[in-house]
Amino acid sequence: MFQAWRNLYSKSDNAKAYSLLSPALFLIILVMLIPMALMLSFSSFTQVSMMEIDFTPTFQRYIDFFEKSLLVSLLIKSVKISFIVTLITLLTAYPVCYYIAFYVKKNKMLWLVLLTLPFWTSYLLRVFSWKIILGTKGVFNSTLLGAGIISEPLTFLMYSEEAVIITLTHAWAAFALLPLYVSLEKIDFSYIEAARDLGLSKFEVFWKVTFPLSLPGVIGAILIIFIPTVGDYVTPALIGGTEGRMLSNMIQAYFGKINNIPLGAASATIMLTTVILITAIVSYTTKRLTQRLS
Amino acid sequence: MNENFIQINGISKHFGNVKAVDDVSFSIKEGEFFSLLGPSGCGKTTLLRLLAGFEYPTNGNLLIDGSDITALPPDKRPTNMVFQNYAIFPHINVEQNIKFGLRKLGLTDDEIKKRVDDVLALVKLEGYEERFSGQLSGGQRQRVALARALVRQPKVLLLDEPLGALDKKLRDEMQLELRTLQKEIGITFVFVTHDQQEAISMSDRVAVMSEGKIQQLSAPNELYKNPENIFVSDFIGETNFLKASTKSKDGDHINVAIEDLGDFKVKNNLNIPENSSDVVCSVRPESMMISRDKSDWDICLEAKINQTSYLGEMTRFYVEVSGINKVITVSSQHFDNQSFENNTCFISISLEDISLLQKK
Repeated sequence: MFQAWRNLYSKSDNAKAYSLLSPALFLIILVMLIPMALMLSFSSFTQVSMMEIDFTPTFQRYIDFFEKSLLVSLLIKSVKISFIVTLITLLTAYPVCYYIAFYVKKNKMLWLVLLTLPFWTSYLLRVFSWKIILGTKGVFNSTLLGAGIISEPLTFLMYSEEAVIITLTHAWAAFALLPLYVSLEKIDFSYIEAARDLGLSKFEVFWKVTFPLSLPGVIGAILIIFIPTVGDYVTPALIGGTEGRMLSNMIQAYFGKINNIPLGAASATIMLTTVILITAIVSYTTKRLTQRLS
Repeated sequence: MNENFIQINGISKHFGNVKAVDDVSFSIKEGEFFSLLGPSGCGKTTLLRLLAGFEYPTNGNLLIDGSDITALPPDKRPTNMVFQNYAIFPHINVEQNIKFGLRKLGLTDDEIKKRVDDVLALVKLEGYEERFSGQLSGGQRQRVALARALVRQPKVLLLDEPLGALDKKLRDEMQLELRTLQKEIGITFVFVTHDQQEAISMSDRVAVMSEGKIQQLSAPNELYKNPENIFVSDFIGETNFLKASTKSKDGDHINVAIEDLGDFKVKNNLNIPENSSDVVCSVRPESMMISRDKSDWDICLEAKINQTSYLGEMTRFYVEVSGINKVITVSSQHFDNQSFENNTCFISISLEDISLLQKK
C-alpha cells in the first residue's frame, strides 16, 4: 500500500500537488461544498406540515420569497445596513490608516496593536457591551439624565437600525484597518513626492496617486466588512429589536421556530446570490473608478 | 549665460543632531551639467531634495534664476526630478505618466500632444505609450522618468542617482546619451552620484561632498589633477599617500622630506606653509612607471611585486619598495604579471606628478 502511494507520488507532479492538497480539499468539500449542496437541494423542496417535507423539486420557494414583501424588504434592509456600516467603517478607518502609514515614524506596530486591542475580546461580549452603553439605563442615557440634558431616557438608541449600525461598525472596524493599512504602507513615498514634483497639490496627489494605489486595500476592506455584516444575525438579534431585524434573523427563524426549512434555504440562497452579485459589482466599479481617476 | 543661475547661500539642513548639509554656499551656471559627488551619507541627496522642495533648509536660502524659492513647495518650483527608483506611477501607462505633470500647465490638447510626442522622440520611446511600468526594462523606465520630468520644460532638472540601478554596459550608454541630451536641450542638470567615474565623465563641474560640506568644486580634470585635500585625492581615482614634512619654500615650489625616500622639491599649488609635518604626498598609480631596468627619472626605486591584478586595458601592481614598509600601487599598460623575473622591478616617479596635500 505504502509502496503504491510512493509510486504514484513520484510519478506525476499533479498527483503530488493533489496529494499535498488533499487534507485541505477534503475539509473544504466537507464543510463548504456539501452544506452548500444541501442548502440548494433543500430550497427545492416543500414543507407540507410540521414534520413532513415533500421532496419533489420545485422553484416555488424562490417565488414565495419574492411574493412575501416582508422578506424582500428585509433583504433590502440587510443590504442597506451593511452598506452604511461599510461606508462608515471606511470613512473612519481610512484616515486612521493613512495617518499611521505616512505620519507615524516610530512604533507603527504599537499603534496597530492598540487599535485592534478591543478585538481581543469576543464578538459577543462586544455586542453586549454596546447594550450596556446604549440601553435605557445604560452609560449614555444615565450620563445625559445625570447632566440634566434630557428628562427621559432616549429609547431610539436601543433596539433600532441605528443601534445595529453602530454596533456592527465597531465590531468589524479592525478588519478594515488591516487591509487598508497594508495597502497604504506599501505605497512608495517617492510616488507621492514625484506627483508633488510634477505640480500637483497635496489634495490632488491624494486623489490621483495615493487613493488609486490604495484601492486594493479599499476593495479588500469593503468586501471583508460587507460580506459578514450582511449576514450577521447576532447583533440584530441582541441589539436590533423588531426595528433592527435583518434577513438573517428571519432565515434563522425558518430553520427554527417557524420550521419552514425549504423557504429558509431559498432565502439563504437568494442572500448568497445577492452578496456575490454585489461583490462582483464593487470589484468591477472600483477598477473602473481607478481608470477614471487617472 | 547666467553664472549664478542657481544660488545656494549658506544652506544647512539638520536632522536632529545630524548635520546632513552644513553651511554650504555655491552657484551653478545656467545650462551646466553639474554633479554632486560623494560617498553615501555625505549630504548630496539631501542637498538635491532641498532644491526640489522635499526638504526645507534649517538655515540659508536658495535662488533659481534670481527668484527666492527657499519656502516654495515642490509643485511651485521650476524644477523637476528624476528619482533614483524612477517612481513611474504603476497604475497608469507611459503616456499618462508623461502627461501627468502637464495638466496643471494650462496647455491646449494640441500643445499637450505635441509636447508628449516630442519628448517621446527625444528619449526614443515612441510606440511605448500604452505600456505600464511593470512591462518596461530598467533602461526604459529610466527614459520614462526622464521624459516625464523634461516634458514640463523645467528650468532645472534634478537627477538622483538615475543610473544606479542599470547594469554597467547600459549605464555607460546612458551616460553618453544623457550628456548629449543635456547639451541638446540646454537645461541645467544637477546630477547626484556616488560614482566618481560617472561624475567625471559627464559633468561640466563637480562638487565633491563629504560630511555635509563641499570638499572641492571644480572641473573634472582639475579634481583629478589638482585635488585640494586628502579626501578628494583619495575619493577621485586611486592614489598612493606618502608621509612627508615641508621645509623651505622656493617660489611656487617647496622642499619636502618624504619619509624613507629623502628630500625633494615639489610644486606647492595649495600654498602649504613651511615646516609643517602634517602633509602627505599623493602619487597616482598611473603616473608612475614600472620597468625592468633602472630609469633616469627624478625618483627611481627598486621594488618587489607582491601581487598583480590584470584588468585588461592595464595591469595593477602592488609593490613593496625596499626600505619602505608600505605597499604602493602602480598601474601599467605595457607590462603584465608575466613581464618580470623574480618579481623584481623598478618604479619611477616624476616630481611633477607629486601633489602635496595638507592633513586636516
